[in-house]
Amino acid sequence: MTSAVFVLVAAAIFGLGVHGLLVSAHIMRKLLALNLMLSALFLLLIVVPATIDGRPDPVPQALVLTGIVIAVSTTAFALALMVRLFRKQGHASIHPDIDPRLLGRKAPSKANKTAQGDDR
Amino acid sequence: MTPAAQLLIGLVFVPLSTALVAVLLPPRRRRWAVVLGGLAWPCLLVPLSMAVAREQSVVMVFGGWAPPLGIGWRLDALGLVVLWVHALAGIAALPSAWRRFDPDLPESGPFWSLWMILATGVNLALLAADLFNLYVALELTTLAAVALIATDDGIAALAAAMRYLLLAVLGSLMYVLGVGLVYAQTGSLAMHQPGIEALNNVALVLMLTGLMVKAAIFPLHVWLPHAYSNAPGPVAAIMAAVVGKAALVAFWRIWFETAEAPPAQLADFLGLIGAAALVYGAIAAYLQPRLKMVIAYSSISHFGFLLLLLPLASQQAFQGAGFHLLAHGLAKAAMFLAAANIVVVLGSDSIRHLPGLDKRMPLEAFTLALAGVTLIGLPPSGGFTGKWMLLSAAWETGGWFWLVLIVLSGLMSAAYVFRILALTCFHPARRAVHHLHPRPPKITSLAALTLALLAVVIGLYPHPVLDLLGAGMPGMVR
Amino acid sequence: MISPWTTQILPPAVVLVSTLAAIVIFVAGEARQRLRIWVNLTAALLKLLLVVWIGLEVLAGTTFMFRFELLPGLELILHADALSILFASLSAVLWLVTTVYAIAYLEHSPNRARFFGFFSLCVSATMGIAMAGNLLTLFLFYELLTLTTWPLVVHNGTPEALAAGRSYLRYTLTGGVVLLTALVWLYGLAGNAVFTPGGFLAPLAAAHGDALTLIFVMLVAGFGVKAGLIPLHGWLPKAMVAPAPVSALLHAVAVVKAGAFGIIRTVEDVYGLELVAELGMRLPLITVASWTIVIGSLLALREHHLKRRLAYSTVSQVSYIVLGIAVGGLLATSGGMVHLVHQGLMKITLFFCAGIFGLLLGVKRIDQLDGLGRRMPWVSGAFTVAALGMIGLPPLVGFISKWYLASGALAAGMPLVLAVLITSALLNAAYFLPLVRRLWLNPPGTLVEAPIEIGRLPRLALMSSAVATAALVVVLGVLAAHPLSPLNWVVKIAQGYAP
Repeated sequence: MTSAVFVLVAAAIFGLGVHGLLVSAHIMRKLLALNLMLSALFLLLIVVPATIDGRPDPVPQALVLTGIVIAVSTTAFALALMVRLFRKQGHASIHPDIDPRLLGRKAPSKANKTAQGDDR
Repeated sequence: MTPAAQLLIGLVFVPLSTALVAVLLPPRRRRWAVVLGGLAWPCLLVPLSMAVAREQSVVMVFGGWAPPLGIGWRLDALGLVVLWVHALAGIAALPSAWRRFDPDLPESGPFWSLWMILATGVNLALLAADLFNLYVALELTTLAAVALIATDDGIAALAAAMRYLLLAVLGSLMYVLGVGLVYAQTGSLAMHQPGIEALNNVALVLMLTGLMVKAAIFPLHVWLPHAYSNAPGPVAAIMAAVVGKAALVAFWRIWFETAEAPPAQLADFLGLIGAAALVYGAIAAYLQPRLKMVIAYSSISHFGFLLLLLPLASQQAFQGAGFHLLAHGLAKAAMFLAAANIVVVLGSDSIRHLPGLDKRMPLEAFTLALAGVTLIGLPPSGGFTGKWMLLSAAWETGGWFWLVLIVLSGLMSAAYVFRILALTCFHPARRAVHHLHPRPPKITSLAALTLALLAVVIGLYPHPVLDLLGAGMPGMVR
Repeated sequence: MISPWTTQILPPAVVLVSTLAAIVIFVAGEARQRLRIWVNLTAALLKLLLVVWIGLEVLAGTTFMFRFELLPGLELILHADALSILFASLSAVLWLVTTVYAIAYLEHSPNRARFFGFFSLCVSATMGIAMAGNLLTLFLFYELLTLTTWPLVVHNGTPEALAAGRSYLRYTLTGGVVLLTALVWLYGLAGNAVFTPGGFLAPLAAAHGDALTLIFVMLVAGFGVKAGLIPLHGWLPKAMVAPAPVSALLHAVAVVKAGAFGIIRTVEDVYGLELVAELGMRLPLITVASWTIVIGSLLALREHHLKRRLAYSTVSQVSYIVLGIAVGGLLATSGGMVHLVHQGLMKITLFFCAGIFGLLLGVKRIDQLDGLGRRMPWVSGAFTVAALGMIGLPPLVGFISKWYLASGALAAGMPLVLAVLITSALLNAAYFLPLVRRLWLNPPGTLVEAPIEIGRLPRLALMSSAVATAALVVVLGVLAAHPLSPLNWVVKIAQGYAP
């Protein structure tokens, strides 16, 4: 069955995404990994509930379209957030004790590292 | 469409249109528009409450297309209760937001519209009658919440927002996968799936796990403490009051309605996770050095507590849990609003600066005390009512383990609440805080105090809410 | 004749008088001292008048009942039966006296608004306990009592006070948790049940005997924490770091008596002594009370800190009440219940005097009591009277309670209980007589701190409080046969329980 191939491919892509998410420190890489996982998910959603009476079932396709839209806007927003975070702290990672040299940057100054959020 | 159903539209479209209008307006008018919108949509709750009391639910279907193809909205008792929490917390947070997001500050630009978009998302999530609508609503809520946290613009807030976003996307992934599997099994996306013997367990677990991430249930809670404690005050209040709760409501709905007969072992397992969350949150709250972190971990503890509904699963337990949602939402919002004012005046929320608070900011100290009383569940507060109903339910089903756990939960909450109270009111002011910033307007303190008072007072007159919940347990209502 | 509406409104009114006073005190702030004094005294007088009014009506046979549905199937009930009036009148009278004492004692202390605010709330909670008509209401006000007394214990803000507060919370909140569990279980078994003389659980005994036994243990344990039953008494000596008015209130009226009152209600109005005996719990209860009496006295002997010795004495004496109830029969029950009043009067006198010695002369330890009889004759006199009463010297009130308890023990055929009582009397003498001797017979020692000067009016207030309660110790003992004495009131109550 061709759908089995698709399912396997989706699973493989998903696995790559999970690996990337867990291993990477850089936010951009995490976002890419998440996008991979989302793509795998959409593939799965198209393939699994595929037909009603031999004709293509429109509902999963509608779901996937919605999902793609949401994924795109979320990614765009996440990129904007990442840029702002990068400008503030000199590296794009959310792990506070990451050594920036791993990301190819110089060590940031202490002044940037405030740990207390305040209201003003 | 009945008139009540038409009002449902207002619940979503009033905040949405306010948000859109606000984007177009100049900064000063923007605040006014959003305040008006934020006061307008709660007015719809009054006739809607009466309608739900009469008919147990108000249903609306778009375009006359019946589900599963069409989109339907449904307001039942549970949704109504959380909507009230949302409305009350939102109104109470307005003075604080007004002061904090003054038009002259750069970050207040996006704040007002985002506030209304968050409201739209939450309301939509509570009204959703099918699984995919819920997904869209939760995504909208998440994005708005992340953006709102990021308005703070400090590194901590931005990092917390980023972490929340990444985890939320992960959660959504799992949820959508679950939805897809449900569709594959039944061919319908409605929340109520008639006629299936048992929902595919994999699908159920996936959906529930995704929702657990969004509701910050231990051990998937890691985004919450930093997000709540680094968010600006009014944002934290609203998030604590409703955002996590919307996901929890979805969790309950899927459990009771979609999976009509979930396996008992899964119920017990989830109950144990709830117990772990309860204990972990309480211990962590006791050890925190910052006030807002204490309150945040307390939320984790109480969300775990609410998960105990699953193994107990009776109407009485549902009434208790629903009532606890109400009381806890109000109390938490009150605490975060008070904490926001404390941060403004003292410059930080470190507990080292708390001694002497009862002299400097008596209203805030009293708010914290009252809200704490509800959290502990001391009679006659709202927290006690919820706790008692759950205890009776546990006794009736013979769940001794759950009964003892619920009873002990009060003790655990008491530990961190009294720690804060002792520090605030009875420690001598050892370290003089060097610079006291100007106080926010009194109405912000009074708003927080009112919420805390409400949380206690509803314990004295719980009947309307309890009756409403009694008739409206998910899985019983169509 | 009293209208039905009044019979409904008076019990909550008694509770709410001091709540309103507390709100006014908190809102008025620290600076408004004269307003605070007026509010305190007026509220105390008003409360006393209301209690007397209700008491007279109860004597005439009127029933008071206020019901409020808290949860479906669960009611808040406030009523006024003879036992309620006993506890309520004790609380009202002693609150008035302690208010006068506290106003004078805290003359130069900070945070008085906070103190008096919580002080008033504490009395509200005590009144609620006194007038509770079912276990749920009792539990509700019991927890409120914990909540309102904690700020009083930690009032001074010192590390010792905060540590004492933590210990207090650990004990009382755990006790509260045990009570809540027992309550849920009991309500599950018996439904919404009202206090009924002789108990209402007898019908369930056949089917649920084991459950009822366990619930009884939990209830007694939960109430026993506040009542200071050994080994649940640990918080009491530590709480002595609180200001003297707090110790006086906590140990004469509010907390310990509330615990004892809870046990009385459980044994008499929930279970009934017969059922307790049937479940095999009567003897254990007598045993626990007995060992508390003896061990408490032994621990008191070891203490050299005055207030802590008095604390252990309280631990010992409050168990007389439990002992009397558990032995049963008209005499013993009367002896136990009347000791509620008598011990309250004697203990409050002792604490008043200890507080005055501490405040004015810096006296904290027993060996500092030497020769104070000459320096402060009135206060030492009051102390002596109360101490002799505790030992059981006729015709003081302490003798009355012990006589009835002893007679009751004999009547119930329990010579061992009599032995416990005699031992306790001897131990009481052992730890009180040396104090009396020091006061009067030892030459004055050197004082650790220079005496503090306070104004004439506060000094008068302090001393008259102590003397007034000491006078009551004498008068109520001498006039015990009078129809309106606490003793006769108690005998009427006991007749209702043990004909």
